Amino acid sequence: MDNKVKMQAKKVDFFYGKNQALKNINLDVYLNRVTAMIGPSGCGKSTFIRLFNRMNELVPHTSLRGRISLDGQDINDPSVDAVDIRRRIGMVFQKPNPFPKSIFENISYGLKVNGIKDKAFIEQKVEDSLKKAVIWDEVKDRLGDSALRLSGGQQQRLCIARCLAVETEVILFDEPCASLDPISTAKIEELILELKKDYSIVIVTHNMQQAARVSDYTGFFLLGELIEFGKTQDIFTAPKDKKTEAYITGRFG
Amino acid sequence: MTYRKAKEKIYKWIFTILAFASLFFLVGIVIVLFKEGTPIFKEVGFLKFILGRHWYPTSNPPDFGIMPLMLGSLWVTLGASMVCVPLGVGSALYLNEIAGFKQRQLLKPVIELLASIPSVVYGFFGLTVVTPFIQKLFGLPTGMTALNASLILGIMATPTVCSISEDALSYVPRSFREASFAVGANRWQTLTQVVIPAAGSGISTGIILGMSRAIGETMTVLMIAGGAAVIPHTFLEPVRPMTAAIAAEMGEAPMGGSHYHALFAIALILFLITFVFNIIAEIISRKFRIKLGLSG
Ligand SMILES: Nc1ncnc2c1ncn2[C@@H]1O[C@H](COP(=O)(O)OP(=O)(O)OP(=O)(O)O)[C@@H](O)[C@H]1O
Ligand SMILES: [Mg+2]
Repeated sequence: MDNKVKMQAKKVDFFYGKNQALKNINLDVYLNRVTAMIGPSGCGKSTFIRLFNRMNELVPHTSLRGRISLDGQDINDPSVDAVDIRRRIGMVFQKPNPFPKSIFENISYGLKVNGIKDKAFIEQKVEDSLKKAVIWDEVKDRLGDSALRLSGGQQQRLCIARCLAVETEVILFDEPCASLDPISTAKIEELILELKKDYSIVIVTHNMQQAARVSDYTGFFLLGELIEFGKTQDIFTAPKDKKTEAYITGRFG
Repeated sequence: MTYRKAKEKIYKWIFTILAFASLFFLVGIVIVLFKEGTPIFKEVGFLKFILGRHWYPTSNPPDFGIMPLMLGSLWVTLGASMVCVPLGVGSALYLNEIAGFKQRQLLKPVIELLASIPSVVYGFFGLTVVTPFIQKLFGLPTGMTALNASLILGIMATPTVCSISEDALSYVPRSFREASFAVGANRWQTLTQVVIPAAGSGISTGIILGMSRAIGETMTVLMIAGGAAVIPHTFLEPVRPMTAAIAAEMGEAPMGGSHYHALFAIALILFLITFVFNIIAEIISRKFRIKLGLSG
């Protein structure tokens, strides 16, 4: 199987004010593959993943150096509209962030802003997305309720559903299973493997087993640097760097 | 140990008394309003009082119909909200969505400073600048009309609307915007479909409090509304809002007489109106906090 590069980060530096959060990151995200990012808390995984859909430009006083591309096109080029980029790259945030709207509207919103008006289509899509995100059974009788009344884990799955409803090319998952029980987690992992057929996927996780189970490639971050990147199998069985080995065997982090 | 306990108890009592002092004042004011205002209802009847179309408190026999005064208040309040809502909400949106950090840091205090100008200064400004302008613009016998009262009151209420709306907008968590952008919404869609609805009740609270400021304002309308206790048909006629009537006539009304009681009754009705305004604002803003998950 040869791999096609879907997204690419090249010599990426990122700053919050004067604090450098990412140092010279080079990483490829391959088409129809799952790329996992692991590393201790605060090492810059969220910061990095949020660069792929230009989310960090909403954070004041930040700056970016280097190039991030989607299908070879620099996504930060002045001629590129961030809205177009985000229509092609979906994201599930680390903290669940449903809208203060009904469960139904949380999902339909993404379709509506993308110009879809067909009611029957939207309803079908809402149901499909909620089913895929393993939350349909819990909410099907109260789609009109406020999403903020859901539990943390339910909100997280709702946000996954919201992301799935808008058909993108890439999905960025930032710790999608952080507040989920083992059964939901297993189902989300199944979903990710299923989604791989149609999407390119990036997932941040603190769960080593999860990275090993779902990903094809893994990047290990430490203090804003990408220490090692390669096939998941290699990273987990024969890491080249001592720090990587120490982290995945649980000896630090 | 017992000394400390006693001290704690004393502190507790002091703060309890302070907290209840304002309630005490409120109740006291309400009692006085009722006591001094209700006699007029016995004299002319409640419905006749509020629906009566003529306010001639000093003629013989007097007419105590406050419809012209209530309509005067209504007109200038509505007129003022036509000024302060677009101006206040618009500038709040500008501050929150468009202005940079530094600009906001500079502009917001300046707008809030507008609120601290004494109303007599606004009245003076209206009298010397706006009134002659309106008179000339429309070729009127007098520039002192509902229109310029509305304009000035609107400007006076703008900081209230702006400041509360801006707070409401800035309480909208960034994560809502991020969620919206992440599904491919543009800035306009995010603003109109996520940010404004999320801040909507906060903005309504600002509008209601702005209006209640306008309806209760006295000095300005006394100076520039023209003072005619006649039911207004257009914005270009002079009006006498309820507050202006009370302020202008209280000095001449013999204490304990019908006119005196009638003015208290007006104050009572005015109080009830602003009370309702504030209750509505409170209910809406509580809903808002729950909606954003700021409090249970
Ligand atoms: N909005 C922000 N402003 C300033 N600094 C930030 C901001 N967000 C993150 N940082 C800093 O950037 C660094 C990387 O944070 P980031 O959230 O990317 O870590 P992470 O690897 O996702 O951690 P976790 O596993 O805990 O989610 C941290 O030192 C953090 O303090
Ligand atoms: Mg993170």
